[in-house]
Amino acid sequence: MLELSDLSLSVSIQGTAVEAVSGVSLKLEAGTVLGLVGESGCGKSLTAQAMLRLGEHQGVTKTRGDILLDGQSLFALDDEALRRIRGGRLAMVFQEPMTALNPVFSVGSQLIEVIRLHLDMDKQQARARAVGLLQDVGMQDAEQLLSQYPDALSGGMRQRVLIAMAMAADPDYIIADEPTTALDVSVQKRIIALLLNLQKKRNLGLLLVTHDFGLVAEMCDEVAVMYAGQIVEAGPVKDIFDHPAHPYTRALMGCRPEVSDPGRLMPVIGGQVPPPGRWPAGCHFAPRCALADDACKANVAADAWADGVHIARCLHVREVAQ
Amino acid sequence: MTTVLAARNLHKSFAAGGMFSAGGAGKKAVVDASFELAAGETLAIVGESGSGKSTTARMAMRLLPIDSGEMLWNDEDVSTLSAHALRSRRHHIQMVFQDPFASLNPRMKIWESVAEGLRVHHKGLTRAQRRQRVAETLALCGLDDSGMDRYPHQFSGGQRQRIGIARALIVEPKVLVLDEPVSALDVSVQAQILNLLNQLQRERGLSYLFISHDLSVVRHIADRVAVMFAGRIVETGTAEAVFHRCRHPYTQALLDARPISHPDERIHNRLPMGADEGVAESGCPFQPRCPFAQADCASFDCRLNAQGFACLHPCS
Repeated sequence: MLELSDLSLSVSIQGTAVEAVSGVSLKLEAGTVLGLVGESGCGKSLTAQAMLRLGEHQGVTKTRGDILLDGQSLFALDDEALRRIRGGRLAMVFQEPMTALNPVFSVGSQLIEVIRLHLDMDKQQARARAVGLLQDVGMQDAEQLLSQYPDALSGGMRQRVLIAMAMAADPDYIIADEPTTALDVSVQKRIIALLLNLQKKRNLGLLLVTHDFGLVAEMCDEVAVMYAGQIVEAGPVKDIFDHPAHPYTRALMGCRPEVSDPGRLMPVIGGQVPPPGRWPAGCHFAPRCALADDACKANVAADAWADGVHIARCLHVREVAQ
Repeated sequence: MTTVLAARNLHKSFAAGGMFSAGGAGKKAVVDASFELAAGETLAIVGESGSGKSTTARMAMRLLPIDSGEMLWNDEDVSTLSAHALRSRRHHIQMVFQDPFASLNPRMKIWESVAEGLRVHHKGLTRAQRRQRVAETLALCGLDDSGMDRYPHQFSGGQRQRIGIARALIVEPKVLVLDEPVSALDVSVQAQILNLLNQLQRERGLSYLFISHDLSVVRHIADRVAVMFAGRIVETGTAEAVFHRCRHPYTQALLDARPISHPDERIHNRLPMGADEGVAESGCPFQPRCPFAQADCASFDCRLNAQGFACLHPCS
């Protein structure tokens, strides 16, 4: 299990450390897909990258909590052990397949490099594995693809190559940050099917970072909704869709164009996500929430509603449910 | 109904290959595209990357030269007009871009950017009058005048899109060409902008040519839809007909690829049919991806029929 335990992160804004992720706890288990959902600026990518301890050279610092892989703290590891785990047991798939691939090296040389970094293989063995991985991600002519350069590939093919790279050392967990956002819809659907297929076949734990509830509906077993640095609601995907308990979750699901009435005004959430450093006291969502009262502005509800699996951090959760 | 914008048999090719290529035939970006836009109406052009939808939008604006065909603004063909002649007519049609940040000069104050159109179309105004017009237009778009003397980077994505819309509206156009106006925004902000566009249309009788790859957004805002694939309009009709009774297999593939709205729909979930990629060089371009393709598709001329689709073996 990959676990974030009460994790807080600060980022550096003009030389000052500002809290950007606040007390986040998440459990990613083998064989499950966990969605981390929220709007831009809510801290979801920062949280995802922290799961591999990435971002630290860019001023991201852990201020509280821990990250545990099968009970072992990632902060107790030396650089070499961390390097083995990154890409070895935990792998990442990024949103922008073009920036994540190096344009001056062929697909084959990049893939073989990753394989040999983690697995004890000679060049020929690694090459054979590269071909196998590319076939696994649905690429025809895998042999020929090895000698091609990223700019010769379409967006969908690049994302497949990145998924193949993530799978190179047979990891247990994959962190996918908006893996389909930059792709055309029909290609999106295929990449989703591919990820789910690999996830089931290899019993992967998959963390899916997204702003898109449609993607959550398609892929996830569990969902955590993030707002202004905090998890505000978490639970099984069906519970979240059938009985969203936090006003933010309800509002966010309500403004999806998929569920709108053509010709009618769409429900909106007034205002915007406050950036790190400008979070209000009490509930972070209170200034935008129709149900907020003085108590919300003073207190942070610590998981005010929890029925064992479904938690929501809201003082008015019973009113929301009605 | 007054037709405020019409395209007749537009064609556009780009030079092949780029700077290392040996020349040769150009890549056809738009082939024989025709459409009409009535006053007060929203026509959405949908398609995936490379479909030609943005090229079509740019030709409609006359931001790109048109290879052949007619582009009518208020019944006047502007396809061959000079830049100078176009300038005096541009108040008819204005554009809103996907990323307003990229289209706003970072060193100009917001009010100066928004007021730019007035320099061409209302030369006689004093500075105070121009500021007044800007404040009124920003208010229409849901922004108060306290931001007028600030710079683009001081605004959020949603606010910048409102500024982009104000900048287009200040010359009181009849037509807005909106190129993926909400694609870069979070859903909550996207909903605000869609509401604003609907409200402006109702109050001012605006016509929208709405370019998008997002069918859910199009379903919400469009009266009529034109679906583009590989440079051609392959199906067109009312939004209701295209979403509920589409005939072209490509339209069906796009509809199948829409995100589901609830996990229970997973059981109905299917992969978009046909292959991932690929376009046929002759006949129907969708052949390599189409599950219904037959031999006669290879010589099909791809013209829209009277029912508004270009297909020999349509979905029922």
